[in-house]
Amino acid sequence: MDIKEHTPTIIRDDAYFRLRQEVEEFFYDEAAMLDERRFDEWLDLMHDDIVYFMPMRRNVKFGMHQDREDTLLEEGMSWFNEDKWTLEKRVEQIMTGVHYAEEPLSRVSHLVTNVQVTSAFPDAANATEINTSCRFYIYQNRVEHEHYSFVGRRYDTLVRDGGRMQVRHRRIILDQNVLLAKCLTAFF
Amino acid sequence: MNKVFDATSMTDLDEGVLDRGAFVSEEIYRQELQTVFTRAWLFVGHESQIPNPGDFFSSRMGEESVILVRDKASVIHVFLNSCRHRGMKVCRYDQGNTSLFTCPYHAWTYATDGKVRGIPQYKELYDGVLDREKWSLIEVPKMVNYKGTIWASWDENAPDFETYLGEAKLHLDQALDCRDGRPGGSEVIGVHKWVFPSNWKFAAENFLGDSYHNPSHRSVDLIGIGPSARQGIKGRRDNELEMAKHVWIGFAAGHGVHSAVQAMGAEYVSQFANDPEIEAYFRHCHEERNQRLGDDARLLPFTGTIFPNTSYHGRQPRNLCVWHPHSPTETEGWRFFFVDADAPTKVKDFLRRFYMRYSGPAGMTEQDDMENWLYATKASTGTIARRYAFNYQLARDQAHLDPEVNGLTVRGRVNTKMTEHMARGYYRRWKAYLDCADWDELLGRNDPRFAATKKGSPQ
Repeated sequence: MDIKEHTPTIIRDDAYFRLRQEVEEFFYDEAAMLDERRFDEWLDLMHDDIVYFMPMRRNVKFGMHQDREDTLLEEGMSWFNEDKWTLEKRVEQIMTGVHYAEEPLSRVSHLVTNVQVTSAFPDAANATEINTSCRFYIYQNRVEHEHYSFVGRRYDTLVRDGGRMQVRHRRIILDQNVLLAKCLTAFF
Repeated sequence: MNKVFDATSMTDLDEGVLDRGAFVSEEIYRQELQTVFTRAWLFVGHESQIPNPGDFFSSRMGEESVILVRDKASVIHVFLNSCRHRGMKVCRYDQGNTSLFTCPYHAWTYATDGKVRGIPQYKELYDGVLDREKWSLIEVPKMVNYKGTIWASWDENAPDFETYLGEAKLHLDQALDCRDGRPGGSEVIGVHKWVFPSNWKFAAENFLGDSYHNPSHRSVDLIGIGPSARQGIKGRRDNELEMAKHVWIGFAAGHGVHSAVQAMGAEYVSQFANDPEIEAYFRHCHEERNQRLGDDARLLPFTGTIFPNTSYHGRQPRNLCVWHPHSPTETEGWRFFFVDADAPTKVKDFLRRFYMRYSGPAGMTEQDDMENWLYATKASTGTIARRYAFNYQLARDQAHLDPEVNGLTVRGRVNTKMTEHMARGYYRRWKAYLDCADWDELLGRNDPRFAATKKGSPQ
């Protein structure tokens, strides 16, 4: 499952805006968990079958973007191609206190914006599966003078089971070719 | 050329001290670009990245952009990526297929064999003046396809690549050859590119066999991320070398490796336990390799650096990494990940996922390396800091030439304990490059430490 970007066709009625608000709140809660280092709570937002994917992005000739710009899910190397287990491992590593790339811990802020619902199933009012797009700006400051900005798009599929929302699929499109950071220790 | 780096009391590799200027000085850095990266053999790419005529991959040699291309006649070339007219890059794509490299500036075009194809308004403006034959793309004078890996040197007098490798060849081979012992047969499944604020030699030195830095990786070792970690096995990889004798080897031309020799008749150490099918595959490869290589199969690779800036991880994970210099205090890492081209898809997928969680800026292991390299560089730039040399005395005067280890003769200067003699040897050779020494000197042919090797082989 890999969601391609396109202009949403969903009808923007009251049910849509209610759903979008719910999604926004979910993303803000998630961002707060990460920024406040409540990593275990954050992991609970990740579905057991999550696909967490960040491709590498290449400079390609005009007309080849659709096919060649981004590395593909489950094909060759990417930055991240994670499941729940590896995400848990990454959290576990930070919690050892001796993961030196995060010891002392970085200061990180997640800004999530341009949130849209691109489709909802079975419909916006009763959605159990919600496809979304948003922009992120993740600011990381580490030790004294080290700082990084990660800016890009995110395409998430959220699933709702009763009152509980979780991320089932996350595609992170970082606007960089050569990674302009020594590490990707932040979650996206 | 002016010597700006002289051996002083701050640098004495026999004593085991090295001036921090090697890692932070702008002058030394400029000299490295002029004397090291213009002469040494540098890794450029892999033939699997350019399988068809017209395929190209944009690469680098030192600070400079080069194009690795397979021309229409299927001949592989490495060109400087700069138009002969005003220097504009003729290729700004990472990879692709083309019949022409077109300069966007004044629209000169070059064929895939580097020859000028078109110059706008040639007849009216250049006819009788410009000889097109003389204005091809600049091509490296020395290039080799070694088991699918492409290496190049800007020095037309450089020795051939295998001479340059010397006895280190056997160890590089362990990274490049199929897991079942067939020579070559690898393919690249992706390239990580990232920048980090550190001198490039910290990274190169790390892979020479600095196993002493193991404490940096305590976090991954504690949690377990290896190919058997889902079965509760701790560590960052499977410990197949658990019962082996580790060997740290320095070579005359400045290369260094950390490999290991299994004992005769050693039991196979189970690996890849996350998946029984993968486990069976690698067990099969192990048996095939034993059959094919006999006693030599007991030698297994861990890490190494081919002088000056190409490092490898030989088994778990498996890749070549080039440390491209940006400035004294910034480096761009390009890591090329390897699998056997004919391995089953399931095996490639398994390895790919392991490589991603281990290596590079998103890798749980190497993130901690970069933290060290950054702050070691940063804390060495100060005036006071630079008054104090780095210590390279680890296991000094303990290496032996061509010893027997577990009954196998191991060529080179070898220690079976953690040591920094590879680094001492690397910087001896590095200094010879800075001093514009001749190739005998650069290959260590005059180095008495390797005298017996010299007698025993063409090295």
